[in-house]
This record gives sequence, C-alpha cells and structure tokens, in this order.
Amino acid sequence: MPTPARRIGDVILSLDRISLAFGGVKALTDITFDVREHEVRAIIGPNGAGKSSMLNVINGVYRPQQGTITYRGKQRHGMDSHAVAEAGIARTFQNIALFRGMSVLDNIMTGRNLKVRTSFVEQAIWWRRARREELENRAKVEEVIDFLEIQHIRKTPVGRLPYGLQKRVELARALAAEPSLLLLDEPMAGMNVEEKQDMCRFVLDVNEQYGTTIVLIEHDMGVVMDISDRVVVLDYGRKIGDGTPDEVRGNQAVIDAYLGVAH
Amino acid sequence: MEPAQDTFPRLMLHHARTRPDDPATREKDLGIWQTWSWRDVAAEVRALACGLAANGFRRGMHLAIVGDNRPRLYWSMLAAQVLGGVPVPMYQDAPAAEFVFVLNDAEIDYALVEDQEQVDKLLEAAPQVPSLSHIYYDDPRGLRNYEGVTSYERLLDKGREYDRAHPGFFDEQVALGRPDDVSIMLYTSGTTGRPKGVRQTHAAFIAAAKGGAEFDKLRPDDSVLSYLPMAWVGDHLFSFAQWVYVGFTINCPESGDTVMTDLREIGPTYYFAPPRIFENLLTQVMIRMEDASLVKRWLFAHFTAVARRCGTEILDGRNVPLGDRIRYAIGNLLVYGPLRNVLGMSRIRVAYTAGAAIGPDLFRFYRSLGINLKQLYGSTETCAYVCLQPDGGVHFDTVGEPAPGVELTIAGNGEVLVRGPMLLKEYYKRPDATAESIDAQGYFHTGDAGYMDPSGQLKIIDRAADVGKLADGSMFAPNYIENKLKFFPHIKEAVAFGADRHQVCAFINIDVGSVGNWAERRGLPYSGYTDLAAKPEVYALIRECVEKVNAELAAEPGLSGSQVRRFLILHKELDPDDDELTRTRKVRRGFIADKYRVLIDALYEGRAVQHIETLVKFEDGRTGMVAADLRIEDAKAQPAALPLAA
Repeated sequence: MPTPARRIGDVILSLDRISLAFGGVKALTDITFDVREHEVRAIIGPNGAGKSSMLNVINGVYRPQQGTITYRGKQRHGMDSHAVAEAGIARTFQNIALFRGMSVLDNIMTGRNLKVRTSFVEQAIWWRRARREELENRAKVEEVIDFLEIQHIRKTPVGRLPYGLQKRVELARALAAEPSLLLLDEPMAGMNVEEKQDMCRFVLDVNEQYGTTIVLIEHDMGVVMDISDRVVVLDYGRKIGDGTPDEVRGNQAVIDAYLGVAH
Repeated sequence: MEPAQDTFPRLMLHHARTRPDDPATREKDLGIWQTWSWRDVAAEVRALACGLAANGFRRGMHLAIVGDNRPRLYWSMLAAQVLGGVPVPMYQDAPAAEFVFVLNDAEIDYALVEDQEQVDKLLEAAPQVPSLSHIYYDDPRGLRNYEGVTSYERLLDKGREYDRAHPGFFDEQVALGRPDDVSIMLYTSGTTGRPKGVRQTHAAFIAAAKGGAEFDKLRPDDSVLSYLPMAWVGDHLFSFAQWVYVGFTINCPESGDTVMTDLREIGPTYYFAPPRIFENLLTQVMIRMEDASLVKRWLFAHFTAVARRCGTEILDGRNVPLGDRIRYAIGNLLVYGPLRNVLGMSRIRVAYTAGAAIGPDLFRFYRSLGINLKQLYGSTETCAYVCLQPDGGVHFDTVGEPAPGVELTIAGNGEVLVRGPMLLKEYYKRPDATAESIDAQGYFHTGDAGYMDPSGQLKIIDRAADVGKLADGSMFAPNYIENKLKFFPHIKEAVAFGADRHQVCAFINIDVGSVGNWAERRGLPYSGYTDLAAKPEVYALIRECVEKVNAELAAEPGLSGSQVRRFLILHKELDPDDDELTRTRKVRRGFIADKYRVLIDALYEGRAVQHIETLVKFEDGRTGMVAADLRIEDAKAQPAALPLAA
C-alpha cells in the first residue's frame, strides 16, 4: 500500500514550561513541547499523568500558573475557550459530552454554532438569509455524516446509541466546526478491535483529507505507535519522553514508567 | 429506422431516445435522493465507454466490478458491454485472498471498484494477478496519495476528450454488438469446490427479463431498491436486466446500514429479497410489538389473527364471507396499512423471494398483510429464471410453474432438467463442466431434486447430490430437515447429518438477535454468542423447536426416520470468512463435516460434552481461537404416523 505523503509543516502550537497545580496537587510541572502543522501528535502516559489536564490547558479550560502558550504566532499565558474555538480548535471528551436527548443530526449541527451569522430573530421568522444559512450548514454536516459513515443513525437520539458510535458522533460534531487543530481525548477508549480500527482510519482520513492537525490522548499503545508522527510521554505531571514512536519505544525512562519491561 | 433492441446498450439508448427525462437511477447521497434520467445515464455511459477505450479496453476483455450497489457500477456494466467487453461483478465482502482466484480465473485486466477498501484489497491481490493493469475507483476518499489507480472522474474526462476526437466511435461500437455476445460473467457460489464463471449472453438475459416482465406486467414507472450483492444473479436480473429492458427506476441505498430507512422513503413497487431479509424484518416488528402498549399489542394480536384467517384468500381474490371482509378492512385501516408503511411495502405490487426455502408462517404473514409475495426458482446458469408463481397461484412449498419460454422435465433420478433461451452459453474455460451440465438434448441439469405437484408447480426437495439414505435405507434429505429447523426465528442456521448413519443429528446456530431478545426479557445475562449458546435455558428453548420439527417429520410418510435424535448448539456462528458458508450464505456441508469431525463423532458416540477449539478469521483478516465445551443433548422422537386405512 502506498504510504500517504503528508507534508508536515511548521510549528503552530508550542507550550513552554507549563506548570499547573490544583492547590497542593501538581498536575503539570514544567512541560515543554510543540505541535507541527498537519501532524498527528500523541500524548501518552499512565493514569493520572496529566494528559487530560494538558489538553484542557491547550483549549483554555484550565489556566496554567506558569508558562506560555504560543498558537499561530500569538503568545499568551492561558487560552480562552471561546477564542480557542474561533481560532479553529475543536475537541472531543474522554467521557462523552453530547446532548443525549437530541438526534445525531442536531448534535452535529451544534458544531456549526460558530458559523451561524444570522440573528435569533431572523432564524425565528425563517428569514431567507437564515434559511440559506441553515441549508449551507446542513450540507456541511451531511458531508461529515458521509465521511464518518453514520448515515444510518442520522435521526437516532444519541442516548440510544452504543458507546462506540457516540464517540464517532462526538468526532463528527468536532469536525463540523471545520477545525484546523483537533484535540481528541481518548477517542478509542472502551471500543472493541473493529471499532478501534474504524476510528484509526477516520482519524488518519481527517488528517489526510482535510490536513487537520491532530493532538490525541490514547491508552492503546498499538494505536498510538501506528498512527502518530510524534509522541510526548508524561508521568506524574512531568515530561519523560518526546519523539517519534520508535524513539519513544526505545526510551528507558518511558519503558520503566509506562510500558513495563520491554517485550 | 431504429435498430433492433437486442443488446443492453441498445435498449438503454432506446429509453434515452424515447423517454429521455424519465428517472433511470436514483441514489441517496448526502441525505438527499439524487436522480439521473435516461438521458443522463446515456451520456455517462458514453463517456465511460470512451474513457475505457482510450485506456486500451478492447472487445472481449473483462471488467471486474466490485462494490456496494452504486449507480456508477451499474453504468460501468453498460459501458463495458458497449465495447463488447464482459463485466464481471464480484462479491464485495470477500477478502483479498478470495479475490485472487476470480481475478485470475477471469483473467481480469481492468477493474472498477467502489472505494478505498476495495482498492486496498485489489492492490493486496495484485502481485498474484499478473494480468491486472488498470484500477479505477468511484469514491476518492482516502485515496488521494495512492499511485497507479485512477479516479472515475478522470476516466470520464478522458472519455469525453476521446469522444470529441472520435465522434463516431461510440455508435460504431454499439452497432458492433450482437445478441449472442456474452453480456455478463457471474460466478457460482461454489457450495462444492471452486466457483465457476457462468457466461450469459445478451439474448439470454433479455429473454429472462422479458419473460418475467410480461408475466408480472412490469411497467416503466415501477421502482426497485437495489441493495443485494451485484455479483448475485438475482440482483443482475432485477436491478440490471429488467431495469434496462423495462426501463423502470433503480434506487441505490445510501449505505448498507440504511437499507430499511431507504426502503421506506422510496416505497418500491417491485421488490426482491431472500427469505432471511423477510425474517429479519418480522423479528424487528415482533421485538417492537413486545415493547408496545397493551392496547397496541391487543390490536396487533387480534387483527393478525383475522389476517391469518382470511388475508391470503382476499389477496388471491377468493370468496370470503362478508363479516371477515369487514373485519379485514378495519384491520387494514388500523394495523396492516400502517405496518406495510413502516416496512416500506405500501406500494408493492409484486414481491419475490428466492435463494432459500421460506418458512410457511413467515410467508403467510406477509401475504396476509396484503403484500403480494411470491416465490421463484432459478440459478446463475438460468438467469434466475425457471419457475415463477403466478398471481393467485401461490403456495409456500412450491416454487411456481415453468416461466414463459422454459421447458422443464424431471429426470429418472428426480433431478430437475430445464431448457430454454435463458441457459448459460458456457462455463468460462471449463468445457468439461459445460458438457457435464448440458446434455445432448440441450437440457441443463440443475442439480436439484424435485417433482411437479398436482397443481402443475415445481416442488424442490433438496440438492440431488445431498439426498442420501439412512443406514436403514430410508430417504435422508438434509436440506429439508434444516429448512424446517430454520423456520423457527430462534434458529439461524442448521446442519443435519445422517447419510449412512443409523440416526439424524444436527448442529444448530442460534439467531443471536432473536434469542438475545428472548434472554433479555427473561433477565438472563450473557456476554456474547458463545456464552448465550451454551446456556441450559437456551438449550431447552432449542430442544422444544427440534421436538416440534420431529413431530412434523413423524407425520410425513417416509420421513419418520429422519427425526433429529441428538443436537448441539455450535460455539460460533457459521461464516463465509471461515469458508463454512458460501457468499450467498449456503451451507458448505462437506467442509463443515471435515472441520468439525470431533463434534460429529461426539454426537454419534453418545458423549454429553465435547471440548472444541476453532480458528476464526476476523473481517480484517486476522485470526483468533474460540474454545468451548459444547453440550450435546437428546431430543425426543415421535412414533411414525400410522398409515391411513385405505
């Protein structure tokens, strides 16, 4: 099979000496790493290593006490959630955060929120402009539905779906925002082998087709080593490794902390 | 003067000339049904044929077609036929290793496939298939950086360019086509041994399409849902040959998982499905009814009872008392109509089932709702066209009367022999097999054992080769017993053994949907198929089914000895990926008997438990082991029915 020739670009996001503490608990200590345009960047580490905290710092849920974040040339101490979304960053959550009573279609439509320009009143009276906009947004959402192959559940309430599909719907909602940087928090947790393979393919397809940069947290080592360009390893809030999957695999500190005895 | 419409391309062009704006093909894409008129189809086929020709496709060459039912794949069949080439549709769910055989056997140079999945499989097979030189794909997703494969759009562009440079080319090619050219090559499912390539001509499939269309009065405004594998002869007759002959509309579903929704949205007037689809639909209805409110359950129970009593008679136009007619009309308003609507069958004029035996209760259920479900009989070698049931002459245990133009006779050994315009031209590169199956009088030996019943309809007993004898000399027809077992919704698959043995034993596969639902309602926890299949409660449930079948067999003359004395529930589902079933889901008896020899021995040696480990293949080609200790249970047999006093 031909290997996809992805063109990895310049650094678009760099985190410099980030430290985050909740009272006496140090979640992240002095962490520095960067993300390049169009790459798949994985964050791995044992439970409680600070992976989700790291993602939350990137998209502005947490504000680190120390350190700076530079995103597309703009340096700040902390990100702001709304600004993050407008800057083209979307994410999915470790424990699914969808509207359970709403249909798959409506859930994904919420991902278009920031693209809506018409006012509430225009929409309420179904003004021509609002109607056209709704059609455009729906067309984009249908494209995402087609991309993730979830046509069969378009009208199903999310709460009735199995876990693996809910994860896929969450990815769909993130994609509907047409992000340039996508943060995925354990996209494959709790999935069976087949669902994991599907998800891997989707992640790679998103990366290849739309050129979306992807930062993902994942526990499944096989998955991480297969699909990532570079991996950063955290343990107890500290960075203990950073590099290509092969480099990380050979790193003694990583083996000791996480992978256990080499096999 | 217009040329004779004796090839598929000419038929297609005829529709494009006479009714250019009528819908020919629909597909649901991005949530919306897109329509292509006959004019659009003609233009597309023209560009496609020119594109293939520009890339070196010549008369007599083979074009492999692999994928789900996509409009472009149907059109590409026409394009290959325009050029005097032969389309070879292949089963899209087969793994790469299975592709290799067909690709080599058919000496495929050109392939047009649906998407990345199929491209990957072809590329995996390619090193073993030296002839394969051109691969085209429909859906570009994920294929951006592939080398050596070409998109459908580029092929079309090239075709339009070629067409401009050679304006007369397309019409010349169409004019070169002759009715006795091979129009399609379909592979047999291969229940025994390797699949064989069946070569059919334009004339044969047009004869079959015409016969069926006239028999059932099909019209250009009919509509069908094309969702069955394109490599299957049934789909080729209904979604291709009859489509191009009659000029109705084919509708391609959005994806394999949306067929039920799409069926409802389209509301086809002409419908074809193997029995398992009707079975799944009914199971879904029953599951949902069990969760419905008391009033609805009562209404459903009451009016289905009314329908059972008089529904089929009303459908057949027979005399029914006025009281029942009124009750049926009320039922139609409250239950049957809404149910037909939910099933997507409100507009059906003609529906057929074939490919396997259908359970009498299942068959009657649909007919009693007012759906004109009928049976037909045919095979790949006969364009799926041998027997059809006429309106008003429908029986659940026959497959219909010989279709127009078909001569049918029963050989001395009970084998069904047929002759007519729909017969295959030959098996590809297998003159031995061709000579073996078509005799000096021109009769094709179907390999099925059957007889004509008093009403003039054909009744099929079993595959002739499978009919054997028990040790005591009485007849043993395994398929007949298996069908009786499979008529229970809890039993998905069964394999009966007994040839040259003193008694009949069986393997059973439970239907995980139906039994799973049954277990859920009883609060019976289970983790998966293997676990559920081993539950003593499930064994008791299946034993009940087996004993009911035994009671039926005991009542039939000569079959009392065929009662199932011992059975076991297999620890895994029989699967085409493990070679246990064919791609059309027929049991490969010999293979199963070899693979599970220890289980058969355990059945006949009277053991109560047998340990087994089985290698299984997953869809992605990886393998794993499933181990289980299988219980083996006895089933009660009934004494044979006493012969009636004369």
